[in-house]
Amino acid sequence: MAKEGLGFEITELRLGLPGGSMTEKSVKKRVFSEISEEEKSNGKSQVVGWPPVCSYRKKNSFGDKDGSKTSKFYVKVSMDGAPFLRKIDLALHKGYSDLATALEKLFGEALRDADSCEFVPIYEDKDGDWMLAGDVPWEMFIESCKRLRIMKKTDVKGFGVLQPREALKGTMKE
Amino acid sequence: MNYFPDEVLEHVFDFITSHKDRNSVSLVCKSWYKIEKFSRQKVFIGNCYSISPERLIARFPGLKSLTLKGKPHFADFNLVPDDWGGFLYPWIKAMAKSRIGLEELRLKRMVVSDESLELLSKSFPNFRSLVLVSCEGFSTDGLAAIAANCKLLRELDLQENEVEDHRGHWLSCFPETSTSLVSLNFACLKGEINLASLERLVARSPNLKSLRLNRAVPFDMLQKLLMRAPQLVDLGTGSYVHDPSSEAYNKLKAAIQSCNSIRSLSGFLEVAPRCMSAIYPICKNLTFLNLSYAAGLQSNELTNLIQHCRKLQRLWILDCIGDKGLGVVASTCKELQELRVFPSDPFDAGNAAVTEEGLVLVSAGCPKLNSLLYFCQQMTNAALITVAKNCFGAIVRSCKGLKRLSLSGLLTDQVFYYIGMYAKQLEMLSIAFAGDSDKGMLYVLNGCKKLRKLEIRDCPFGDAALLEDMGKYETMRSLWMSSCEVTLGACKTLAKKMPNLNVEIINESEQVEFNLDDRLKVDKMYLYRTVVGHRKDAPEFVWLL
Repeated sequence: MAKEGLGFEITELRLGLPGGSMTEKSVKKRVFSEISEEEKSNGKSQVVGWPPVCSYRKKNSFGDKDGSKTSKFYVKVSMDGAPFLRKIDLALHKGYSDLATALEKLFGEALRDADSCEFVPIYEDKDGDWMLAGDVPWEMFIESCKRLRIMKKTDVKGFGVLQPREALKGTMKE
Repeated sequence: MNYFPDEVLEHVFDFITSHKDRNSVSLVCKSWYKIEKFSRQKVFIGNCYSISPERLIARFPGLKSLTLKGKPHFADFNLVPDDWGGFLYPWIKAMAKSRIGLEELRLKRMVVSDESLELLSKSFPNFRSLVLVSCEGFSTDGLAAIAANCKLLRELDLQENEVEDHRGHWLSCFPETSTSLVSLNFACLKGEINLASLERLVARSPNLKSLRLNRAVPFDMLQKLLMRAPQLVDLGTGSYVHDPSSEAYNKLKAAIQSCNSIRSLSGFLEVAPRCMSAIYPICKNLTFLNLSYAAGLQSNELTNLIQHCRKLQRLWILDCIGDKGLGVVASTCKELQELRVFPSDPFDAGNAAVTEEGLVLVSAGCPKLNSLLYFCQQMTNAALITVAKNCFGAIVRSCKGLKRLSLSGLLTDQVFYYIGMYAKQLEMLSIAFAGDSDKGMLYVLNGCKKLRKLEIRDCPFGDAALLEDMGKYETMRSLWMSSCEVTLGACKTLAKKMPNLNVEIINESEQVEFNLDDRLKVDKMYLYRTVVGHRKDAPEFVWLL
C-alpha cells in the first residue's frame, strides 16, 4: 500500500509544455494530494483506483439492512448551542471521516460561532447508552446509532481533548 | 498427410477442443488449415482490438461460439475513462450481416447497448447462451429482448454488470413455451422482479442447473424455488435473512436437504448468521464457495461453515475471516486451487484483518493453489523484508503452478527476481506501488516465459525496461503501464519498431499531441498485439502512436 516512506510519489507533471504552466491534470493531482494530507496521517490512501477493488464490488459491498435498495438510516443530530436539530442519513456516508465532513457542513456556522470551545461527538445506541463515536466499525455504528449529539467538551467529564472531526476519524481499530 | 478424406480429418479435429491445439493444427499444412478453418466453431478473442469482426468471420465462417474481451483489466479500478472503447455492436452487426450461426456469446468488459442485444436476439435463431461479465451500457430492456426472442435460450448469465434497471418485468418476457433454461444468473440486478414469473419459469425448466438470484428475491421465495429445482448444481441466494425459529426457515432446511447436487454456492448479500446452519448439509460437496459479498458474517461463522467444506476448490471470502480463519481453510480445504480474500472495507483496505501469516498458512497447507488474490494489512519494513525473503519466495516455490499474481506494497526488486526465477507458469501479473528500478520489470519479462498480461501502475519502471526486449510483447496479449517512468519518446520508438503492436496513450489532460516533448512522462500507456493495426473507434483522449 502507498504509505510512509513511499509517501505519494506521484510524478509531478505528466503531460504538459516543458517548463510551462501546470496542466489541468496536474492541478487535479495537487488538489488530490492536498485533500489527502489529513487522510495520509491516518494511513488512508485516496489514490485513484486504490485499493484495487473493482468498482462493482465497491458499490455493492455493504449489504442493505432492510432489503430495499433505498434503505435509510436517518437519525437526529443535535448540537449544543445550535438553534435547530438536524437529520442525517448515515447510510449515505462511507465512514466516520465522511460523516465528520457532513456534520461540519450542517453545523458549520454554529461550530464557528462557538467561542473557541471544543466539541465531542456522541451517540445514543440501541440500549439507550450514550457512546463516544468512533470506537466501533462503521457498519456496526450505523446499525446501533439512534441519535447523534455534538456535545461541548466543557459539558463532558472524562473525555479527552478532541475536535469532532478528529474524534470521528481517530483510530477505529489500531 | 493427405491419406484421409477431408471428412475423416474433420471428424478427428472435432475431438480437438483447446484453442491452442486448434491453432497448432491449422499450422501443419494448407489442407489441414482449410479443414480446421471451416470446422472451427469456438473462438476466443482476448482483446477485441487484436482483430476485426470482418477478419474473424472470413477466417472462421463456421463460427458458433465467440468469447470477446474489451477494456483493459485496470478499467475495473476506474483507471480507464468512460468511452474508451470495447463496443459490442460492430461485432453483432457484422455477424448478422454474414449470417453467422451464432449460438454462444461470452463478453467481458465490453460496452453492450440495448440495441446490440436486440439485434443479437433477432439475428441468430439458434442462439442459446449469453454470458456478460463486468459489462455496461445496457438496461433490462435489452434483457427483455433476449428473453422474448431467443427461443432456444439455455443460458443467461450476468456477472457484476452495471445494468440500468427499468423494472420492466423482463423476466416475464420469457414465453410460457420456453423450457430450455439451464442457467440463469441475475444477481447483479438491483431492481425488483416478478416473483410469480420467476417461480413459473423455474418450474417449467427441468434442465435448470444454475440459478443465482438478486437481492430482491426474499428468503421464502428461495425455499419455493429450491422445491421446484432440487436438481440445481449452482445456487446464488437472494436475501438470506429470516427468523431461524420460523416455519419458512424450517421449510428451507427441508428443501436444501433434497438439493444434494449443489456444488457451488454464492450470494448472501444480506445474511442472518443464525440461518447459516441450514446450509451445512450441502457443504460437504461444495467445490466453489463465494462469500465475498456476505458482509454480515463474522470470522467464527465463516470458519464454522468452511469446516464442513472439505472438497472446496475455489473460495472467495472477506478478510474478516482473519489469519486464524485462514488457518482453518488451510487445514480443511486440501483441494483448494483458488483463493480470493477481499477487503471488508473496500475503500480502505489498510485495515484488512489478515496479514502475511494467513497467506503463508494457506500456501503451506494447500498444495494445489494456483490462483491467489489477497488483500492484507500494511506491513512494517521489518516484516516486509521477511515477507520478501520467506513469504513470496516460499509461495512461489511451493506453488509452482501459480498462473496469476497481483502484488502491491513496498516491495523491492528482489521480489521480482524471485518471481522471474520461480513463477514459470505465471500468465498474468499485476503490480502496483512496487519495485526499485527497471531491473524489477526486467526480471519478470525475462523470467516469466508464459506471461500473457502484465499491468503495472505507480512503479519506478521506465524506458530502459520497456524497450529492452520489444519482441517479448508480441508473445503477450497486452501491457499496461500507468504512473510509471515511461516517456512519450520511448512509446513512440516502440510503436515505430513494432508494427504488430498498437501502442495507445490515454491522455486525460487538455494537451494537444503535437506540442509535446518526447521526454515527458506518459501517464497511461496500453499496448497490445494486433493484426489489424490502429482501431477506428478510439475517442479523442486516446492517442494511437
